[in-house]
Amino acid sequence: MIHQTSFVAVAIFTAFVLGVLGLSFWLGRKGQSAAGYYAAHGQIHWFVNGIAFAGDYLSAASFLGICGMIAFSGYDGFLYSIGFLAGWIVALFVIAEPIKALGKFTFADALDSRFQSRGIKLAVAISTLVVSIFYLIPQMVGAGSLIKPLLGLPHEAGVILVGVTVTLIVVTAGMVSTTWVQFIKGSLLVVFCGVLTALILGRGLAVNAGREGEEPLAPQRLTVSPAGTKLVDGRPQSKDHDLRPVGTILRLPERYGDARTTGPLGPLEYLAALEDSTIVTWASKKHADADGVHTTYSPVEKRGSDLLKPGGSFKGLTTGKLADRLDFASLMLALFCGTASLPHILIRYYTVKDAAAARKSTVVGIAAIGVFYVLTLFLGLGAMTSGALDPTDTNMAAPLLAKSFSDTLFAVISAIAFTTVLGTVSGLIMAGSGAVAHDLVENVFGLRMTDHEKIRIGKLAAVALGIVAMALGILFRNFNVSFLVGWAFNIAASANLPALVMLLFWPRTTKQGIVAAVTAGMLSSLAWILLSADTFEKVYGLPRENALTPFSQPGLVTIPLGFLVLVVVSLLTSRNDTARGSAAPLRPAVDPPP
Amino acid sequence: MATDRDPRQPGDGTAASPIGLALFWVYVALYGGFMALVLVRPDLLALRPFGGVNLAILYGMGLIAAAFVLAVLYMLLRSDR
Repeated sequence: MIHQTSFVAVAIFTAFVLGVLGLSFWLGRKGQSAAGYYAAHGQIHWFVNGIAFAGDYLSAASFLGICGMIAFSGYDGFLYSIGFLAGWIVALFVIAEPIKALGKFTFADALDSRFQSRGIKLAVAISTLVVSIFYLIPQMVGAGSLIKPLLGLPHEAGVILVGVTVTLIVVTAGMVSTTWVQFIKGSLLVVFCGVLTALILGRGLAVNAGREGEEPLAPQRLTVSPAGTKLVDGRPQSKDHDLRPVGTILRLPERYGDARTTGPLGPLEYLAALEDSTIVTWASKKHADADGVHTTYSPVEKRGSDLLKPGGSFKGLTTGKLADRLDFASLMLALFCGTASLPHILIRYYTVKDAAAARKSTVVGIAAIGVFYVLTLFLGLGAMTSGALDPTDTNMAAPLLAKSFSDTLFAVISAIAFTTVLGTVSGLIMAGSGAVAHDLVENVFGLRMTDHEKIRIGKLAAVALGIVAMALGILFRNFNVSFLVGWAFNIAASANLPALVMLLFWPRTTKQGIVAAVTAGMLSSLAWILLSADTFEKVYGLPRENALTPFSQPGLVTIPLGFLVLVVVSLLTSRNDTARGSAAPLRPAVDPPP
Repeated sequence: MATDRDPRQPGDGTAASPIGLALFWVYVALYGGFMALVLVRPDLLALRPFGGVNLAILYGMGLIAAAFVLAVLYMLLRSDR
């Protein structure tokens, strides 16, 4: 769809970006040390850090991807919300305090605290980079999706704008500016999603909302000719002749009689009314011929009760195929295990002063993130019935929902969504920058550096990662961002969690075991993804049937594999390890809490 | 043999708390129960036990609320440190 650019949207967006950059430059004026650049001197207040956790974690996948998935497929998007939040339980109860006590700047510090092994640092640094890059892709894709309706610029411009802005944020003041950007973003996101939810409930449900007088059940077709020209139902696409926005209610529950609107509803009333309504969702089907690629969008009448139970997107839950069910179980396992294995989340434990502060900030993070994920259900369902959805872009559901209320709210929500991307990407680039400068250059290659040189190398790494992120954001532009982020969780959980958990709970863990587990988990999950049916279809353009793995999400196989490899290699090497005296007790990297 | 000993030092923050681990297993049971329902008995999730809202939504919201409740409980139980 062609979206109109509004002056208000441009003004608010520009103010957001300039505000964030101004803050970064202001924070960056003070002289920096490596401890300041990589860990904000460990002096961030636990409450600020907790909200910054939310700002770091609630990525484009959470905001744009989940809302879009719920809006187009119903309940299944909410399963991501449940899984994403559940992962914080692992972080709080198992990982938070030990990782704070054992590490200094990066996740590799903690894993290597007992062994001082270059092999561990190398393996963990590479896994940090791989996970961060996989996590960067959906953020950049989200940025590209947002820029089109917001500023009228092409996808590539959004990706480049985010890449440049984030790189500037990171290189100006490192973890200090990153933390404050994430704090502002986390606060704005939760508050404005709350406002949007209140507006949804206040509006209630309405028949054919926003599309009065139109026929909601007429299919529509978009054709992209070989020359790139776009046709809508056979005529050139323009602002006056475009695809119709979709997503409406066809019938309200019988208890509302002939009324075309329910009026304001409470949260449970809203969900109950939706369950008893008839809703029009849209299916798309593509085919190609000599005239180009045709995508037909067809309305499908569905009962609300069918949309509000699992199975709308994860088809295996309804077809009963074992492989599809395993695929779903694998994803949910990866979401549960992945949060506590994400390097950009783990490094935030080094920005507070002690383990108690790490614990408190995680609780604050869980509160903010939990509230947000409850709101995603209302945002997605509100978008589904707003009559404002773009059938060509699932990632735009939340901003277009805001547009159904007012252009100003659309501008604010889009700008917040953009800030969402900035906050998460800056965290990812910080994690990658630390992995390159602190883990690889300093600890693996053994280059002795002054404080100033450590910061300079970190900044150069940030610039390089920014460029990589921009390239990938353009390459993967047609993917749903929630789907992409599932891959990052799988790789993180497979590569990092087994080593981290076993280091904490199994005294016989050896350095060889850790290196082998990280390497095996990372390579096996990566290989599984590259050989899976989803990748065959959506990346290579090949038939799903040619895929070499039985299901697409690797976690169910590769997370246990990581544990198994660690145990076997540790048992095989424990005698040698002990003989060389390299197995030493875990010792805190900082003074233990009082 | 050094590797046969538990190298964690009590009280230095390098080990997970027993209270935290107990709460972790409570949540694993809740999450596992939900996954089992989704995978094995999805029909039960369509039941509407409260307020006209189905079990899928209530259980999902409950899992999010439970995470917060357990986190607060943990903070209270560890307030001595």
